[in-house]
Amino acid sequence: MIRLRKYILPYWKSILFAIIMVVVVAAADLSLPDLLSQIINVGIQQRGIQSSAPEALSLETMRSLQALQTPEEHARLLSFYDLVEPGTPQAKEKRSQIPSLDKSAVYVLKPINDAQKTELEDLIAKPLVFIQSLNMIQSNPEQARSMLGDNFPLQDLQLPEGASLDQILQAMPEAQRVKMLDSVNQHLSALEGTILRQLTIGAITVEYDRLGIDTQKTQTSYILSTGFKMVAVAVVALIASLTVSFFASRTAAGIARDVRSAIFSKVENFSHAEFEKFSTASLITRTTNDVTQIQMVTFMIIRMFIQAPLIGTLGIIYALEKSPSMWWTIALVVVLLLTVIITIFSLVLPKFKIIQELVDRLNLVMRENLSGMLVVRAFNKQRFEEERFDKANLDNTNNQIFIGRAMAFIFPVMNIVMLGGQVLIIWIGSRWVAQSAIQVGDLIAFMQYSMQIFFSFMQLSMLFIFIPRAAVSGDRIADVLETEISINDPAQPGTFDQPTRGVVEFHDVDFRYPDAEEDVLHDITFRAEPGQTTAIIGSTGSGKSTMVNLLPRFFDVTKGKITIDGVDVRDLSQVELREQIAYAPQKGLLFSGDVESNLRVGKPNASNEEMRLAISSAQAADFVFNEGDGLAMEIAQGGSNVSGGQKQRLSIARALIKNSPVMIFDDTFSALDFKTDAALRRELDQKLGDRTILVVTQRVSTAKNSDQILVLNNGRLVGKGKHHELMQSCKTYQEIASSQLSEEELA
Amino acid sequence: MSMHQQTRSGNNMNNKDIQNKNPRPARRGGGPGALMPGEKAKDFRTSMSKLIKYMGRHKWPILIAMLIASASTVFSIFGPRTLGQATTELYKGVMRIVQNDPLGIDFVTLNQILLKVMILYLISTLLDLLQGYLLANVSAKISYQLRKELSEKLNRLPLSFFDRTTQGEVLSRVTNDVDTINQTLNQSLSQIINSVTRVVGVLIMMLSINWVMTLIGVAMVPLSMIFIRVVVSKSQGYYRQQQEYLGHINGHVEEMYGGHIVLKAFNGEKASIARFEELNNTLYTSAWRSQFMTAIIMPTMRLLSNLGYVAVAMLGGYLVTQGRLNVGEIQAFIQYLRSFQQPLMNIANITNILQQTAAASERVFEFLNEPEVSADAAAPKVLDKVEGKVEFRNVRFGYNPDEPVIENFSVTVEPGQQIAIVGPTGAGKTTLVKLLMRFYDIDSGEILIDDINIKDLTRENLRSKFAMVLQDTWLFNGTIRENIRYGRQDATDEEVEKAADMAYADHFTRTLPGGYEMVLNEDATNVSAGQKQLLTIARAVLADPAILILDEATSSVDTRTEILIQKAMDKLMKGRTSFVIAHRLSTIKNADRILVLKDGDIIEQGTHESLLEANGFYADLYNSQFVVAGNTANA
Repeated sequence: MIRLRKYILPYWKSILFAIIMVVVVAAADLSLPDLLSQIINVGIQQRGIQSSAPEALSLETMRSLQALQTPEEHARLLSFYDLVEPGTPQAKEKRSQIPSLDKSAVYVLKPINDAQKTELEDLIAKPLVFIQSLNMIQSNPEQARSMLGDNFPLQDLQLPEGASLDQILQAMPEAQRVKMLDSVNQHLSALEGTILRQLTIGAITVEYDRLGIDTQKTQTSYILSTGFKMVAVAVVALIASLTVSFFASRTAAGIARDVRSAIFSKVENFSHAEFEKFSTASLITRTTNDVTQIQMVTFMIIRMFIQAPLIGTLGIIYALEKSPSMWWTIALVVVLLLTVIITIFSLVLPKFKIIQELVDRLNLVMRENLSGMLVVRAFNKQRFEEERFDKANLDNTNNQIFIGRAMAFIFPVMNIVMLGGQVLIIWIGSRWVAQSAIQVGDLIAFMQYSMQIFFSFMQLSMLFIFIPRAAVSGDRIADVLETEISINDPAQPGTFDQPTRGVVEFHDVDFRYPDAEEDVLHDITFRAEPGQTTAIIGSTGSGKSTMVNLLPRFFDVTKGKITIDGVDVRDLSQVELREQIAYAPQKGLLFSGDVESNLRVGKPNASNEEMRLAISSAQAADFVFNEGDGLAMEIAQGGSNVSGGQKQRLSIARALIKNSPVMIFDDTFSALDFKTDAALRRELDQKLGDRTILVVTQRVSTAKNSDQILVLNNGRLVGKGKHHELMQSCKTYQEIASSQLSEEELA
Repeated sequence: MSMHQQTRSGNNMNNKDIQNKNPRPARRGGGPGALMPGEKAKDFRTSMSKLIKYMGRHKWPILIAMLIASASTVFSIFGPRTLGQATTELYKGVMRIVQNDPLGIDFVTLNQILLKVMILYLISTLLDLLQGYLLANVSAKISYQLRKELSEKLNRLPLSFFDRTTQGEVLSRVTNDVDTINQTLNQSLSQIINSVTRVVGVLIMMLSINWVMTLIGVAMVPLSMIFIRVVVSKSQGYYRQQQEYLGHINGHVEEMYGGHIVLKAFNGEKASIARFEELNNTLYTSAWRSQFMTAIIMPTMRLLSNLGYVAVAMLGGYLVTQGRLNVGEIQAFIQYLRSFQQPLMNIANITNILQQTAAASERVFEFLNEPEVSADAAAPKVLDKVEGKVEFRNVRFGYNPDEPVIENFSVTVEPGQQIAIVGPTGAGKTTLVKLLMRFYDIDSGEILIDDINIKDLTRENLRSKFAMVLQDTWLFNGTIRENIRYGRQDATDEEVEKAADMAYADHFTRTLPGGYEMVLNEDATNVSAGQKQLLTIARAVLADPAILILDEATSSVDTRTEILIQKAMDKLMKGRTSFVIAHRLSTIKNADRILVLKDGDIIEQGTHESLLEANGFYADLYNSQFVVAGNTANA
């Protein structure tokens, strides 16, 4: 993948933006459990009261507080409150919230900042709880006793009927009050953290009731507002998520497009050597499947593999914020999960890798069975083939069963590990709750964070599967893109004198395929004149085709030089050079389309008349015009709807219509029957009178009447001359001829 | 959650390579196509009932797996509710602490609940494991069985079937279609059961907690469904477009790379690149749109689910303050709500999966039900020692009965005679040969070997008297020894090597790495074309048949090897009745009889001399070959 960075970099803005949006998605996703825990903690347990700093206090309570506080403390407390008298404008404003303002004055909280609020909470918590406890003595003495402790000097508090708490407290002698205060502080100091907070809020609720404040309404509105916050967060998450998808899909498809286009242009400029290095099939896969892999993985990386670790990390941070002491439960489950995943995958991965091989094997045996159907039946080998297939089938089945079982194992096990983790968290968490180190709502949130962490780890483990695949594809693509093209145009291309005649000369040409150990061609020297036909004959592997492939520079010579009209082919631009050559390749390669579109490859602006002529010269008129739809006759991909001989004839027609000074027919007549072959050659002689014609062939009958025959054997020119000359002088030619023609024909 | 889907698409990717080799486009598109409707079966019900009938022999494991699947789901459904009770207990405990109740958190009850949860989950997991294990086994066995039957069927089909069916189509049935069925059995089946049980179970659990909340939660379902329908139908268009352009691009790439030489020779690079860019840009647009549209589904579904979540949290919170619900129940409810969506989506997808499965099984069973070759004679005669007399008597044959290619053809071949079959390319020279070996049955007339009608013989008996050497040398991916032994399975190693020696294949085989044990690669490209030809001759030599069918090579063999092949063939023909699809004049001239074919018709027969004298098509054909070589050939 790194080798392809050049194609990824242009998209850095989109990628960066997508990543930022991923952060937003992650944060939004994670804040939902937090908001839920607020609904449970504050909305339900604290009845919607968010702060243990009371919004309002009655005069009576304030007086009680005064009795329980040092003068300095009380002065500080008073500084946070305004005393609002009934009937004042301020009272009118507040009376909807605090109904008792109608009757009496109330202390109302001034607008304060967070630091002040914390100070106020500390200042007021314990005395307020104490006051409420004392109040309870009358209504519920048992509970008050248990709350204040058995050794609390309740007996010191003589509570006369009808007297209110503040009056009693104020009436209390100073010494007794200090003593009581100490005892209260000492007692309440045991209460800290969440329980104290809960008690304070409980006390505030009572105080609010006294003031006529509607706590029900507070609670409902708290739950509602938190709910709306959740909706807002969810909407933000959606928008961010869609944005991510938008940029991720455009980036992934864009990178794929750029890479695909880069490979295609590169390959189109490949010379033969590079094609052979990679093989056509492999180049096709690299341009198509490998690029699709890259696209898929790019999209997944942006969407998932960035999101997963982010949610994981944020999840851990949030979870630890809720309860730092329980980190090890998450760690334990994550370690277990990873162990399960890694163990199973290391077991299954090798089996996964051979899936393809086994399926290929299955296909291979079946394909062999199909292509060899005649032979199989002729030799009565049906049973044998069935057994061969059965073996491949069994191997594949066994592999599949293994993978199937492993897969049947992995998900339930991962599931139980995660669910076990949840149970563990509640089990451990309940101890912490008992010690009031954590609230129940926080515990629930913690559980939800932990689930998100587990999932993100599971997603991350998918990295093990996808990234290596993509890396392989990336490397395969980069290999193509980084290949040096062996044949290039010269910096300053030469030109022909006009008009080009087409004199082809080979001067001491040696040729060796790249990385080969031996030369394919040695010391080839000859001259082919315009108006002459030069036939090149020899057995398979003698280098005939290689020789003519050097002319259009499909390869470059290793030594010596090739000239056309005296100009070295390497001094010309490839386009200019190939303009001078019409070439009909060994295989009749056609493109999908119709006859016309194929001929236009040879001459883009050919007229219908020219095309007709070329077709009939190439002996193709019969099947194109009589049996086919003429120029509109459809040609399927690879020319699969026409026979081998027909393909060759059309490919000859394509070369004929180009009608360049040099014409090459590379074993183009092999699939034609003798009669067509002969008729075609007669036609060529007539139509191409002034052209330089090079014909590669294995048939003596094809070569026989040429102006010049070149006999190749093992890459060497072992004979040059006319048929009758070679029949006398060239042993290789004699051998070839005698294997193909009868005595009389050889005469 | 979506783990099942991930495996599915994981497997898909492994299949992609195969699918690309076969003509039919990928049906189960990976991730993006998961929700797309695939192909449809022509007759859904019949195909499915055939498949179900086929699965009959595995009825019990499948039924048990189904039962286990639903049981497992039921157990896992109770999990969240029970876990919720734990939370409630915890909450109550906290309240007691606040109220200074010395009991505090009731750990005994709490632990009991947690234990119960663990047991529920464990049972569910065990059942899941058992179910997965069973289905993995059954589905693999069923696909094994299907493939086996397909491969056996292959050999019972008449050749005419393969005239109208491409290799790719057959291959695609054996691999892709069976794979589709396998996946449905292995994953989709349990997924379907799971999903249905889960939806019903979860619904009941939710209702048992609170019906108002359930109503709100479930209200999201039709909304989601409508949304999915809209998005899917939209993205489907883009997805199809993407696949289409991917196909175009692949086609263009294949073609241009395949015809690279021509492209270069005709300076066509620029035009080709321009065309590619055009296709590539269109692909880009449909690719990102398709991916984006598909990617919309998940987050939007999440929003809808989150809205349900919020509504439930709010309503639940309110109900708790009213004392009509407790905290643990909210928690449980939320978990249920979350586990409601995935199975619903799965159910929505079931139709597609079933359709695909039906289409796949339709093709598979169609293949299995193809008419087979006619049965061998009930009381067959037996050919033992064969003289080699072959007689065609008024034979009429057409690949299509309405269009006879051979009409009223008669010829008698005496034992040991050589028959040359000549004619232009595509004249149907191999048809005769195919009739002789009874690859096709003739429409009327009879073919006799040693005066016995070949219809009265078993095909096996008949064919055992023949050996065939074709121009299209077929060797399989095995060792050279195995390939030669194909001629006669019970031949000893010495016999194999002797046959190879007779066919001039011994020498070069010994020079190859591994010698006789060298494994021929796919398409046997690690030996030359000529060597392959010699190996097929060795195979025929080993078979030692009474009657021989030879197809002479026309090209692509080097001279020396060609001479060897010729010598080997001559040796092989000695003393045997042989039919040669001839290209070499020496063979033709030496033949006892020449059959001249044109357009599938035998238009002339006789010896070389008599045919030249008749001055018909053969004379024309013969003369034209050497017309440029002067008139010597007419002598």
